[in-house]
Amino acid sequence: MLLSPYPTTGERIRITLLWLWCGLVILFLLVPILIPVPLSFNSGAFFIFPLEGLSTRWYEVVLGTQRWQAAIANSLIVAFGTTLIATVLGTLTAIALNDEKFPGRRIVMPLLLSPLIVPVVITAVGSYLFYARVGLASTYAGLILAHTALASPFVVVTVGASLTGFDRNLMRAAAISGARPVTSFFRVMLPLILPGVLSGAAFAFVTSFDEVVVVQFLASASQRTMPLEMFIGLREKLSPAITAAATLMMGLSIVLLVVANILARRGQGKPAKGG
Amino acid sequence: MSASLPSELDRPALARGRSAAGTDPKSVSAALRRAEFGDRLRSLALAAPLLLLLALSFGIPIVLLLSRAVYDPTIADALPRTSQALGDWNGQGLPADAAFTALAADLSENQARGSAYELAKALNARLPGARSQVLKTVRQLEGAGGKPPLEVMKSVPFWSAPGTWPAIRTGTHSLTSFYLLSALDLRWNADGGIERVPPEQAIFLQVFLRTFFVAGAVTLATLLLGFPLAYLISSVPKGLAAILIVAVLLPFWTSILVRTAAWTVLLQKFGLVNDLLLWLGIASERLDLMYSRIGLIIAMTHIQLPFTLLPIYSVMRTIAPSQMKAAYSLGAKPFTAFRRVYLPQVFPGVMAGCLLTFILCLGYYITPALIGGASDQLISNFIANYVNVELNWEMAAALSFILLVFTLALFGIFARILGLDRLKMV
Repeated sequence: MLLSPYPTTGERIRITLLWLWCGLVILFLLVPILIPVPLSFNSGAFFIFPLEGLSTRWYEVVLGTQRWQAAIANSLIVAFGTTLIATVLGTLTAIALNDEKFPGRRIVMPLLLSPLIVPVVITAVGSYLFYARVGLASTYAGLILAHTALASPFVVVTVGASLTGFDRNLMRAAAISGARPVTSFFRVMLPLILPGVLSGAAFAFVTSFDEVVVVQFLASASQRTMPLEMFIGLREKLSPAITAAATLMMGLSIVLLVVANILARRGQGKPAKGG
Repeated sequence: MSASLPSELDRPALARGRSAAGTDPKSVSAALRRAEFGDRLRSLALAAPLLLLLALSFGIPIVLLLSRAVYDPTIADALPRTSQALGDWNGQGLPADAAFTALAADLSENQARGSAYELAKALNARLPGARSQVLKTVRQLEGAGGKPPLEVMKSVPFWSAPGTWPAIRTGTHSLTSFYLLSALDLRWNADGGIERVPPEQAIFLQVFLRTFFVAGAVTLATLLLGFPLAYLISSVPKGLAAILIVAVLLPFWTSILVRTAAWTVLLQKFGLVNDLLLWLGIASERLDLMYSRIGLIIAMTHIQLPFTLLPIYSVMRTIAPSQMKAAYSLGAKPFTAFRRVYLPQVFPGVMAGCLLTFILCLGYYITPALIGGASDQLISNFIANYVNVELNWEMAAALSFILLVFTLALFGIFARILGLDRLKMV
């Protein structure tokens, strides 16, 4: 496709240069995220290549010490709480917004997306200020609430996309057949949009699991999550345990987002935009 | 739950309308309106829980924070007598002795309540050097013996210095533009106009300019790296394109913190980047890339590259290759064909990618905090610092206010000329 049927020398040179440049860009994209993986299996205490030897000692630190275990537990509590609330409420909202008669749809959508646009430090500082007044600072509920604001836009968007392929006549058919609204939601609509809902849930989970700025302001010392523990570790003293934690987090988010994207595509019944 | 059903559930209502009134169009349309009104209520009820939750967890906190930028009752609450005494002062010279006496009484009361330090800090924000003077005066008032408070006040030169009383007077106004102006290195002058603060007090314009500079540099770098790759991916066969796009999505799906962590490892003095530079002969000795501007820009470019590339790619893949071929066969040189046929069509994608990256860069916090040096901290880092270290909420709020204005303005431009749909990337 790149070359015309009878390429000139100039064209060949241009295409070669393009491939070369793009090869370098791809190295630039991939090498940094792959580097922590071999380093995390290094038996030495330094980040220097060549590796001193293979070992899982840094994974034992991350998975075996009380500090990191508590952080992983906190991350899971907050991420599951966020996923549950964001998925349920986000799905309901997406269904409501899918109805053309929804009043003020053009205003509501930008408002729903605004947590993604407002710089996260502003969100974090604002939450800290308000939550401290109403007793939500340093509570799991506060962390989950703040994360739900950041995660729910993803659910609304993915479920909304899967609803565009949903034939509303099916709901009419269910109603005519005598199904109550709740029944027809669970038996007709939900099974069909389920891939979109699960995809939104995975996005919500990853959003919360990876989030560190809001947690930094809202969490108490005993509520540190895994990313916050990493952030603090990076500021204080660089330990190879960080590379192990980074590898674990990267693995989790990549697996979940691959699943989320496959589900989103299946839900839409056509290839998703942008890849 | 019932609201999940479309309006057709209300067909019975319509049917009733019809049977009661025969074919009277008026009552049918009335029934239809009723049914549609019910639909709207139901879809609102479905969306209400999330909207309420967002208002509570996100909307109120932001509004509350921004209000701190313009509303600060600390001084007014601490100096009620002084505010009253200054009510009829014309702002010229020194106020009447009554104001000095009132201030002495207010200061003593704050000392008795234990809030003197808080007041000193609040005044210091308005009036540099006021902290130590307030604390000194408070001690003198306490140990004055029989000396009248007015004399104590007059004996401290600070309270008779020009600029002191105007600052106290503006401080007693709870609604204030002081912090917003300060966030732009501006202040009110004695004549009621706005002026630049003296250069030695100016901080923030430089930080905003730095933030814009870093955002611009990163945007440009991502475009230079991303545009050719997007072009390549959009023109190779599908299978290869799928593999190449994974190379873009893998870093995209890794969190900013993890990627920043990876870069702190790479940018160390004995890290891989320095190894590479030495090996290539670009550098003759190991460079300090950590805590440097260039290290920060490299790491941010890596993080933002997919954000710039994906919108460009999503436009490029819609352009049929036959268009360029047609241009060639009509005699256009490759560059002309690219400039006149290809570029105008991908321009919206380029705009979307670049604007998105620029907007996101303005709010960067994690990466500058971990990779930037003291002189590479962006505006978000200053906001966090005012909250965590200085405990100056008003200043943090004012900086947030200005950052938010810039962000929303740029986002408004984005939505206006490109549409919200261009935000969808995955």
